Amino acid sequence: MDLNLLTIDAARGAVQNGEITATALAESFYAKIDRDDPKIGSYLTLAKERGLAKAAAVDAMASRGEPLPPLAGVPVGIKDVLVTRGVRTTAGSKILGDYIPPYDCTAVARLEAAGAVVLGKMNCDEFAMGSSNENSAWKPVHNPRDLSRVPGGSSGGSAAAVAADLAVATLGTDTGGSIRQPASFCGVVGLKPTYGRVSRYGLIAFASSLDHIGPLTKTVKDAAIVLRTIAGRDPMDATSADLPVPDYVAELEKPVRGLKIGLAKEYLGEGLDPEVRKAVEYAVQSLTKLGCEVVDISLPHTEYAIATYYIVATAEASSNLARFDGVRYGYRAENVRNLSDMYRRSRDLGFGAEVKRRIMLGTYALSAGYYDAYYLKAQKVRTLLTRDFEEAFKKVGVIVTPTSPTAAFKLGDKTDDPLAMYLADIYTVTANLAGIPGISIPCGETREKLPIGMQIFGKHFAETTILRLAHAYEQSAP
Amino acid sequence: MKVTEKDVAYVADLSNLELSARERERMVQDLNSILGHIDALEKLDTSAVQPMAQVSDRYGVDQSKQGNERFAYASREDVLEGLRKSLPHQEALANAPDSDSTFFRVPKVIER
Repeated sequence: MDLNLLTIDAARGAVQNGEITATALAESFYAKIDRDDPKIGSYLTLAKERGLAKAAAVDAMASRGEPLPPLAGVPVGIKDVLVTRGVRTTAGSKILGDYIPPYDCTAVARLEAAGAVVLGKMNCDEFAMGSSNENSAWKPVHNPRDLSRVPGGSSGGSAAAVAADLAVATLGTDTGGSIRQPASFCGVVGLKPTYGRVSRYGLIAFASSLDHIGPLTKTVKDAAIVLRTIAGRDPMDATSADLPVPDYVAELEKPVRGLKIGLAKEYLGEGLDPEVRKAVEYAVQSLTKLGCEVVDISLPHTEYAIATYYIVATAEASSNLARFDGVRYGYRAENVRNLSDMYRRSRDLGFGAEVKRRIMLGTYALSAGYYDAYYLKAQKVRTLLTRDFEEAFKKVGVIVTPTSPTAAFKLGDKTDDPLAMYLADIYTVTANLAGIPGISIPCGETREKLPIGMQIFGKHFAETTILRLAHAYEQSAP
Repeated sequence: MKVTEKDVAYVADLSNLELSARERERMVQDLNSILGHIDALEKLDTSAVQPMAQVSDRYGVDQSKQGNERFAYASREDVLEGLRKSLPHQEALANAPDSDSTFFRVPKVIER
């Protein structure tokens, strides 16, 4: 079976009609991973035992003639910050190098309940902190479209695996753009749902008010299928919203005619690569041909988004990462003098440079004398950034922007300059601060054949609208 | 320079990090570079703006309800094993770097 361009429906359909067994499908993905992944580096751990057991269970259902669930036999990959019972979960960090979780992340459990076969755990920046996947403690990920370039981050392995046909779909997490930016760099679809739409139970927390789980897929329809599967209230996550889950797939085909699209000048200004601008403008033209109306809007506080984000995110991270102390799980330094020395040396040796930098920045911003100037200030500007969107959505139904100011950059290009790396998130962090949904879809290539991504923002819980527009664009694109 | 080596040593102490001499030097440089960008926030007058810690009390909740009422769906009776069974003892200790099979074991806490 040709694994290239295999979508969820195609994979499930092939298993359903007996063209291939779920077991053979999983085996062929494992063979392809063995062959192709050494040069890409998208997987950290293969979950063969678990994956093949699930595939066998699906095959047993099929042989009994039972109706198969929506993701039956579909091979998926899971970002390594989502815990999987019995399967090593490192969060890309040495401090969790041999951690075997005793429970499952809700989103993973829901995918498996729908028949999905978990192939393994995807490489990522350590604790999801990074925009290039170069902060993985284990190995970098290479962009399948150009191996000298980064896949984006922090869900770089999740994006690269989908782009290289090493999984049909993957789960990623997005705290400041970590699903959408790598989707854009690798030429796949990436969806960050609304805050509260998908349970985060079993997500190793980075910044709790900003963390989201979402899909990376080859098509918009696949993103809709995965979202429909993982969304909805979970008693294990108090922040999961108590709202019904629409049938995102059935909603896809509804018309987009008359939809008002906001174009914000703040997302099309200085720092935007001319080739990216051109591709997004061209895509917006195609949307008008579908009957959408373009409206110029302003999101005036956008220039403050990165500063706000890196205070809020690091402050929360400094608190969340305090749990890694070498006592209950994870790495513990040897030959220590006392308990305090054990904490310090374990964290010193277990965490990488970027994680330490963020813990330090967050602790500084929360420390006595600086709390008001930094943390409280950032929380207030977060209100202003959120109001920007509230005002804009009084005028328009969606907002279209570039996902990232540039296409994928070279490995090593930004590793010496943390601020330059942070500024790569300029168009994505705002959706996390405001909690609105955003999707990145491919909208062309640079002259060097590097994928370009277009981002669509919607109102809170309006995933149906952004998926529908993304689907209409995808269907109309040449 | 806003952040000095002394600040870095103090914040590292709060963070339960040690940091090598080279790491501290680099941290002074990096924190100053990032805070230099963050200082742009000072330009904004936020005296009349409410701070926002998270978004889930504003969206996706019943706006006609107030305060805790909005989250009544997320509360439950405080009973033993309310949502799920606790992990068996052995499983809860399985990832511990050191344990005596009843407790987590740590280095000496009190010197005497």
